[in-house]
Amino acid sequence: MTRIYKHRLFWPVVALAALLLACTLKRPDILGISVLDGHLFGAPIDILRNSAPLLLVSLGMTLVIATRGIDLSVGATVAIAGAVALTFIAGSHDPGSLGTALGAVVVALGLCLVLGGFNGFLVSGLGIQPIIATLILMTAGRGVAMLITGGQITTVNSAPFAALASGFLLGLPVAALIAYGVFIVIALLVRRTALGMLLEAVGINPDASRLAGVKSKTLVFTVYTLCGALAGLAGLIFASNTMAADANNAGLFIELDAILAVVIGGTSLAGGKFNLGGTLVGVLIITTLNLTVTVLGISPLVTPMFKAIVVIAVTLMMSPRLRGMLAGLRERRRYQEVNA
Amino acid sequence: MSTATALAGTRTFRPPKLDRRYLPVLGTMLVFGLMLVIGGLRYDNFLSPAVISNLFINNAHLIVLAAGMTFVILTGGIDLSVGSVLALSSVITATLLNAGWNVALVLPLAIAAGSLLGLGMGVMIQYFEVQPFVATLAGMFLARGLCFVFAPESVPIRDEGFIALTNWTMASGRWRLTAAVVIAALVLLASWWVLHRSRFGRTVYAVGGGEQSATLMGLRVERTKVMVYVISGTCAGLAGVLFAMFSRSGYALTGVGMELDAIAAVVIGGTLLTGGTGFVLGSVLGVMVLGLIQTIITFEGTLSSWWTKIVIGVLLLVFVILQRILTLRRT
Repeated sequence: MTRIYKHRLFWPVVALAALLLACTLKRPDILGISVLDGHLFGAPIDILRNSAPLLLVSLGMTLVIATRGIDLSVGATVAIAGAVALTFIAGSHDPGSLGTALGAVVVALGLCLVLGGFNGFLVSGLGIQPIIATLILMTAGRGVAMLITGGQITTVNSAPFAALASGFLLGLPVAALIAYGVFIVIALLVRRTALGMLLEAVGINPDASRLAGVKSKTLVFTVYTLCGALAGLAGLIFASNTMAADANNAGLFIELDAILAVVIGGTSLAGGKFNLGGTLVGVLIITTLNLTVTVLGISPLVTPMFKAIVVIAVTLMMSPRLRGMLAGLRERRRYQEVNA
Repeated sequence: MSTATALAGTRTFRPPKLDRRYLPVLGTMLVFGLMLVIGGLRYDNFLSPAVISNLFINNAHLIVLAAGMTFVILTGGIDLSVGSVLALSSVITATLLNAGWNVALVLPLAIAAGSLLGLGMGVMIQYFEVQPFVATLAGMFLARGLCFVFAPESVPIRDEGFIALTNWTMASGRWRLTAAVVIAALVLLASWWVLHRSRFGRTVYAVGGGEQSATLMGLRVERTKVMVYVISGTCAGLAGVLFAMFSRSGYALTGVGMELDAIAAVVIGGTLLTGGTGFVLGSVLGVMVLGLIQTIITFEGTLSSWWTKIVIGVLLLVFVILQRILTLRRT
């Protein structure tokens, strides 16, 4: 029992369960899944689908944070990816064809790789602090996205591109398949090879790991580039969901949501260790929170407050000091019981 | 850098060498001067009293935010909550005033709300070892959510006492000063005095320079680290009141992303994000540079508003690389 209680994912999972319970109390049938037209439907499937962009961004963020970095620019990258893809489709001769959609995806992802590489160069090449290095792209990025769309909200019709967010494959939403597929691939890559350990080594002490033969600069550069590409993929899913490139609002605050998800999942911003499973739980908590707030009939505008409450509760419960205080309380009570 | 000052002290008749600490601020000053000159040459009426007055009037709240942010960044922390706290304070001001409360009671309350949030974040950071980034992120979400609890819609302010305060201006020729600018100037003066003339300010620099050393020197590190967040929160609360004066309303969606403007202003003003180096007057120069970019883009006319963001980003890049070179040469 104490082992379960002490597990670092105990409180995040409790929070997730509490949110789901709150939904079920209000609407008992909400967690049911039904089959319609050969597709699965229901709130759990919605949560999986809606969590796709945040999961992709948080995945990259987790790896960046593992190296003691942070990437504030992912929201701007999301906006740029959507702007590039939809502008590409709008400008082509045959917006509805599969080739155009693929071209848009390739161009957008390529640009996001470059943007991620730019962050990586600033951090690993020039040695600029990650917060400030990525703040540059965060500030300028939305301006660039506006530049690409010409300040307008570009809307297009392209069935193959729309399938990215709203399509179904094997009864499951395509967006979820992509995000969870990428999640599994990266999880295997970092945990079944030495890559994860090397990333953690860089996060603990970049100099020491370099002296030990770890190519820390290359690793850091790669991680930021990957984070950019994953944010780009998330941006494509966003854009495909609305089929409109809104440079101002696409992916707004997703960097903050992603950092919250990572922190809720027990990955320390101080770097040196990361927990992809925790990030997954964090992403599910944030996505479920949006659903819970709607189900309970609270204005979605107040959602940030509940996010704050979840974060404060989870970080406080995980803080060594409060744990020490609670442990001290238990000790004292036991002592009193023994004496009495 | 400390050796330079020591040498200047011992050899009395040598002209004092320029302290390297001032280089980033001088760089900002140079950019600011260049922008003024280019603007003056390119556009008529650019260097007019009205434009310069407006630069201060439009950015009074940002000056106050940047002053508070400087304290936090000097200790090596960061405060992401200031934009939301500004909105919260402006919404509280508007809602309570419309409920018929007295101005003399409402304004201190709105500012105190900021202080209280700052205190909460400071305690989380210092005593529960939550990273500043996470704690103030939580504060940012909390304040933004609370705004919507108070008032989901924009609330226009009709209170006569408050309107009288916003209408107060001091004019000399075409130079204009509003009450907000006067308050911002007072905040600035107070911040400068606290940072450079008080024991607390010295501790702030010491904590940023090296927390362990500061503790070993017997300085009150814990209290100082909580206090800087209280100061930043108070400044954000005050900035909210100034913003309410500026817009004569309280709206829950004001100040989105303003924390980034404040951080950018502090960085452009030459304060290192690692802490320990920087000046509050530099941060004000940073605010002025940001404001001037906006003004120039307005004057240019054909440039779209999004160029503001791109130019600020490029400017940040240049300053950050410049600072990086300076710190590399020092070590």
